Amino acid sequence: MPLYSSIEAQRPLTIMQNHFELFQLPAQFALDLGALDAAYRDVQGKVHPDRFINASSAEKRVAMQWATRANEAYQTLKSPQKRAQYLCELHGVDLQTESNTAMPVSFLMQQMEWREELGDARAGKDTDALDALDRQLRGERKTLLAQVGAQLDAADYVNAAQSVRALMFLDKFGEEVRFAFEAIEA
Amino acid sequence: MALLQISEPGMSTAPHQHRLAVGIDLGTTNSLVATVRNSIPEVLNDEDGRSLLPSVVRYLPNGHANIGYKALAAQTTDPKNTIVSVKRFMGRGLADIAYAENLPYDFQDTPGMVQLKTVAGVKSPVEVSAQILATLRQRAEDSLGDDLVGAVITVPAYFDDAQRQATKDAAQLAGLNVLRLLSEPTAAAIAYGLDNASEGVYAVYDLGGGTFDISILKLSKGVFEVLSTGGDSALGGDDFDRRLFCWISEHAKLAPLSDEDTAILLVKAREIKELLSTKSETTIDAKLNSGEEIHLRITAEEFAAMTSHLVVKTMSAIKKALRDANVDADDVDGVVMVGGATRMPHVQRAVSEYFHTTPHANIDPDKVVALGAAIQANLLAGNRAAGDDWLLLDVIPLSLGIETMGGLVEKIIPRNSTIPCARAQEFTTFKDGQTALAVHVLQGERELVSDCRSLARFELRGIPPMVAGAARIRITYQVDADGLLSVSARELRSGVEASISVKPAYGLEDDEIARMLQDSYTSADVDMVARALREEQVEAERIVLATQSALDEDGALLDVAERAAVDGLMAQVRQAIADSQSGAVDHQVLKRVIEALADGTEDFASRRMDRSVRTALTGKSLDQVV
Repeated sequence: MPLYSSIEAQRPLTIMQNHFELFQLPAQFALDLGALDAAYRDVQGKVHPDRFINASSAEKRVAMQWATRANEAYQTLKSPQKRAQYLCELHGVDLQTESNTAMPVSFLMQQMEWREELGDARAGKDTDALDALDRQLRGERKTLLAQVGAQLDAADYVNAAQSVRALMFLDKFGEEVRFAFEAIEA
Repeated sequence: MALLQISEPGMSTAPHQHRLAVGIDLGTTNSLVATVRNSIPEVLNDEDGRSLLPSVVRYLPNGHANIGYKALAAQTTDPKNTIVSVKRFMGRGLADIAYAENLPYDFQDTPGMVQLKTVAGVKSPVEVSAQILATLRQRAEDSLGDDLVGAVITVPAYFDDAQRQATKDAAQLAGLNVLRLLSEPTAAAIAYGLDNASEGVYAVYDLGGGTFDISILKLSKGVFEVLSTGGDSALGGDDFDRRLFCWISEHAKLAPLSDEDTAILLVKAREIKELLSTKSETTIDAKLNSGEEIHLRITAEEFAAMTSHLVVKTMSAIKKALRDANVDADDVDGVVMVGGATRMPHVQRAVSEYFHTTPHANIDPDKVVALGAAIQANLLAGNRAAGDDWLLLDVIPLSLGIETMGGLVEKIIPRNSTIPCARAQEFTTFKDGQTALAVHVLQGERELVSDCRSLARFELRGIPPMVAGAARIRITYQVDADGLLSVSARELRSGVEASISVKPAYGLEDDEIARMLQDSYTSADVDMVARALREEQVEAERIVLATQSALDEDGALLDVAERAAVDGLMAQVRQAIADSQSGAVDHQVLKRVIEALADGTEDFASRRMDRSVRTALTGKSLDQVV
């Protein structure tokens, strides 16, 4: 019997595995970032194309696929928000980011308020006001992330998905704040 | 001509079969080649003991070219045929080139990349760069006494896809096997990092002749991770010269200058700039061909003031890069200065003040990039000693996107993504019965197509007619470890496919490279066909060797039938090599059997990789796993 089959019998690490399995980490929101970093480094150390400069072209191709895969998995798990989204998807809850934009009224009101503040800060080239807005945004993000964590731990993936969507709104807004910083600095 | 050097007995054949690899810093103003000899990185000098090769090529009426110092000497007498700072034109159209009207060249505005009309014919920037690279390759082979396995060539971190591709093409034209394109700041960090064995977050401030780069890197446990990179591919020491040039023209009340006088005054401006790095004031004395004479006094303070806007420009790029990396200026443990332009005291002051630390400058800023590239080349070529190992994780500098309805850009891969990376996104048709889809690939941060750089256009045809919005077209962007992009599109319901390596945007197709190769060899009397065959033979021999060693190591991963299939493919390649030596088959045949072997061993390669990853994670030895 070929040896490979015996390896397969122990569930091989394949490129198709989910991100947590790939790095041999528990599939949950709370994550040991040090363990993630170490596992990522171990995997990249083996699969990065730089390790296959003198290899056959088949191995070069496979190396690029794996390194790409490892980068994707690492970036997804490293970001709490992407990790949360990924966990929702693993449990069959799609975020429907394209179609589902319904948000609670209070959240939308706050967004509108922030947008007004951003407009004023931009017009007045007021970096202090931008800083203040940025701090508020960070605070809100932190709160939301804690909420997502609790929801995921309680296996409440539908509400967790809703919280992730709110985080995405914040991200988009955060990007606009960044653009405003850049516009003022330029 | 330089005499060929013969190495001492025993020197070229190191016990572990040292593979000759070099690092090349293809700079705007100067280029260098370096290698690692006896574990020490060193820059290789020319026969006169000079390490720098001015990145200057002068074309002569007989079709030949002078390269380096000899060409530089003709800069003021034959400016039109003496190409300096060609790096600024790589992968660039005429409209992209700043101050093109101030340059003495006869530009030809060809689609994608500009060309230069010289007395020796029309030259692409790729050809000009290839002349410089070929000169360095020759220098390396002469001083190392053997052929090179390959080279790591550095590019500004902020180079976009077209500029990187143009650089790789130039290397190919110069007969170099490119092991990897490496960002200049990353190369500098390697040179410093390994030297000091330090961990932490570093900023590399790289102000070269024509480009400015800032990179934020994290060094930990043998991994160099580029966190973010930014800069300006059209800002460099040359801009300081030009500013001074304008100041001189203004204060000396000069009439519009001829090409020759422009060149004379630019050279003078550079000289004064360099003087002011060590002196607080100096006199500018020059005599122009027009008969006009210049006598002015200038202080370092005045010079700093007139160029302060350029320094400020670099500071806003730093802020952006720090924000992208998610670190504060105070989190930065050290700053590395690269590029001759960082010798200017007011640049150093500004950087020190911003980071509250004195920048590292104990490696010659002109050489540090080439040295780092040589160290990386040595590693990639397989010369690393046990324990002396590290991994480099680089990023793409600019976002990659696609044109959507209304002339907008949808980002597919955001800037500062670690490479290699891939991202797929689904799109759909706009009209009922639409059977083709135009894919327009763009690079840049802005929202409008017109504000981003167009990399390529291609079409996905043969989509079965459906109502608008019913087709599901998956577009995949893949960026390789050199930062080069390939794009593929596939309609998921019908399986219709189209793909492209992003290359033709600036118009250098493979046959054009072939034409340039032919041109470059007509004088040297080398047959293009023979060269292609030789290259393919080398590749065939390499791949047979690599596959054989994989089989020796992990042959057990294949069952009897699988092994027989691979052995059959190997035999085919071996046969083709033999046949090609007797002239019975050409390089095309070799290429085909090599490809067949690659396809036929991909599954084997995947299994090997699975096992290797598994071993890495479980920390067990191979025997325990199997």
